[in-house]
Amino acid sequence: MRSRSLAGWVFAGPALIMLGLFFFVPVLLAFALSLTNFDLYSLADFGNTRFVGFANYAELVRTPLFWNALGNTFYFVIAGVPLSIGLSLGAAMLLNGGIGRLAGTFRTALFAPVVTTLVAVAVIWRYLLHTRYGMINYGLEAIGLDPVDWLGDPRSAMPAIILFAVWKNFGYNMVILLAGLQTIPTDLYEAARIDGANGWQRFVHVTLPALGPMLLLVGVLTIAGYFQLFAEPYVMTQGGPTESTVSVLYFMYDQGFKWWNLGFASAVAFALFLIMIVFTLVQYRIARARGMV
Amino acid sequence: MSSLAVRSLIACLLVLLAGCGRGDDGREVIRFWAMGREGEVVAQLIPEFERLNPGIRVQIQQIPFISAHEKLLTAFAGDATPDVSQLGSSWVAEMVALGALEPLDARLRSSPAIDPRDYFDGPMRGNVVEGRTWGVPWYADTRLLFYRSDLLRAAGFSAPPANWAEWLRAMRAIKARAAPGDYAILLPINEYEPLLALALQQRDPLLRDGDRYGNFRSPGFTRASDFYFGLFREGLAPPLSNTQISNVHDEFARGRFVFYISGPWQIGEFQRRLPPERQGDWMTAPLPGPNGPGASIAGGSSLVIFARSAHKDAAWRLIEYLSRPDVQLRFFEASGDLPARRSVWRAPILARDRYAAAFRDQLERAVPPPAVPEWERIGQQMRIVGERTVAGQITPAAFRATLDADTDRILERHRWMLARAGAER
Repeated sequence: MRSRSLAGWVFAGPALIMLGLFFFVPVLLAFALSLTNFDLYSLADFGNTRFVGFANYAELVRTPLFWNALGNTFYFVIAGVPLSIGLSLGAAMLLNGGIGRLAGTFRTALFAPVVTTLVAVAVIWRYLLHTRYGMINYGLEAIGLDPVDWLGDPRSAMPAIILFAVWKNFGYNMVILLAGLQTIPTDLYEAARIDGANGWQRFVHVTLPALGPMLLLVGVLTIAGYFQLFAEPYVMTQGGPTESTVSVLYFMYDQGFKWWNLGFASAVAFALFLIMIVFTLVQYRIARARGMV
Repeated sequence: MSSLAVRSLIACLLVLLAGCGRGDDGREVIRFWAMGREGEVVAQLIPEFERLNPGIRVQIQQIPFISAHEKLLTAFAGDATPDVSQLGSSWVAEMVALGALEPLDARLRSSPAIDPRDYFDGPMRGNVVEGRTWGVPWYADTRLLFYRSDLLRAAGFSAPPANWAEWLRAMRAIKARAAPGDYAILLPINEYEPLLALALQQRDPLLRDGDRYGNFRSPGFTRASDFYFGLFREGLAPPLSNTQISNVHDEFARGRFVFYISGPWQIGEFQRRLPPERQGDWMTAPLPGPNGPGASIAGGSSLVIFARSAHKDAAWRLIEYLSRPDVQLRFFEASGDLPARRSVWRAPILARDRYAAAFRDQLERAVPPPAVPEWERIGQQMRIVGERTVAGQITPAAFRATLDADTDRILERHRWMLARAGAER
């Protein structure tokens, strides 16, 4: 028995060491950093650094821009995640079912945005979203709607970012869900059909339960990813207009790398970390209560 | 999504590592960081320097302007600063606070090539922090008025305004006869520089008590900010940001606004982008002040030597070379960056340039912003709170109070450092 557990430790050891060295130690150091006032002056002379306890966190709570960034991030997550997963599921079901021989082509086409370079496609999206010459407004005008100043108006900038992010990311979840759909035995559908279930009922009572674990995985990954919104506003809007697209991570980046307030930026990182952990735990709770895992 | 920051950091470190080699031909290698367009242009000037100084080889690293600030700080943290670098004048105080720079006073005093009195006062003063000089202005930069001379004339004014009262009168006249949706002036609300320029025209300093606290409720800043926000309230300026205006040059050509406050790089842009039939219809003018021609922001870039450099003498030779009037002139011809030395402006190409003349005049009245490391953050705060004020969310009085409170908080560490330095003395 002892030798078996030893073998287990030996096999798990390298991974554990890596995890400890490159995850737990940095996380602990970052937490320690968040309890200091490490900033530009500390960079000049480490002797200028002081232990400040939770002062950075208290300051964070008092900073309006942080709450604004948090609000923007929640907006992005709450609107973006269901939209993204819904779109992924819809596309996966279409690929799995109806379109026959074109499925391969469509699968590639829909997955393509995932493998493109974000910065490059962001430039193209900036053209699409252009107020006066953009294709999207051209389309809106064609159906009789007023043009929208997508990236310039504080009300529409975040929806534009969401649209872009969903388009960029939904292909990834689509492939996972497609794999899940293909494992559902067809006799389940047949049985349901014989019992007189219509399309919607088959979807709710066969497809969704069978996809449960997949959806949980996709949900956890997507929420974690969407909370870390950064590159899209960094490339498209630089956080503007009127800070309407500043995310928590963007705020942290500004504090840490622009102003070099590393103590404060670490506190931001930890706050985001805690929020994401809470969200993930809640998801697991809900999933477990419903018997999805 | 956050991997971008990580990747740019790694890329930066790799660039730094690559730059650490020594010359294998026995020449002394100095590493020179130059940013954006200047980095491309200065490469043409280096061969002659290397010919004049056979023992020195210059290794230029071109840094994109948008990430230059982060890269400089990262280089300092990673002990990988270059020998000599271009440095935006608003970053000098920050680099001095880090102890990253070498003071240049002694070298300046004994240099035959550089005469500090030949430099415009504002840009030169921007390099003086804590009583010492840390950089030599490379090119100068300030903001002033670009305007549509035909539309101004049509509104009944033959000359550009020289003071605020005239300016306001002209803007009202322009707005009165403008088509709906057209304005008198464009002040992009995501730029704080126009407001800063107006504020620097006032006698009250922007910070008080030895740069320890914000001074934004002073009579001077009150006057400047009331004037600025008044332009939006009266409908003379549109409450738009730069990103909302698809193309400033097109809109300017269409006459959607008559005045625009911008910098010297805009001369070349206007010449390139305005249609030929509009080329006779625009001009530059010094920024009007409260009572007569006013001050504006002293900006631009300096050349600095890093304290950790092992090649300071060779680096100084490069700075002396790049500061030579004839080299400055060649640099101007290639880049369009305005020379910081008065004597260079006597060259025919500059003396005859009708658009540059106003800049020559304005540079004599250029004032550097406060020399505290936190200034950039205070400026950003001015922009953020200013945007809210233009949007009508808060009043100009609340704007000033908020800005003071924010500035006092931003300067808290600065005060602590000053107090500590005072206690040690």
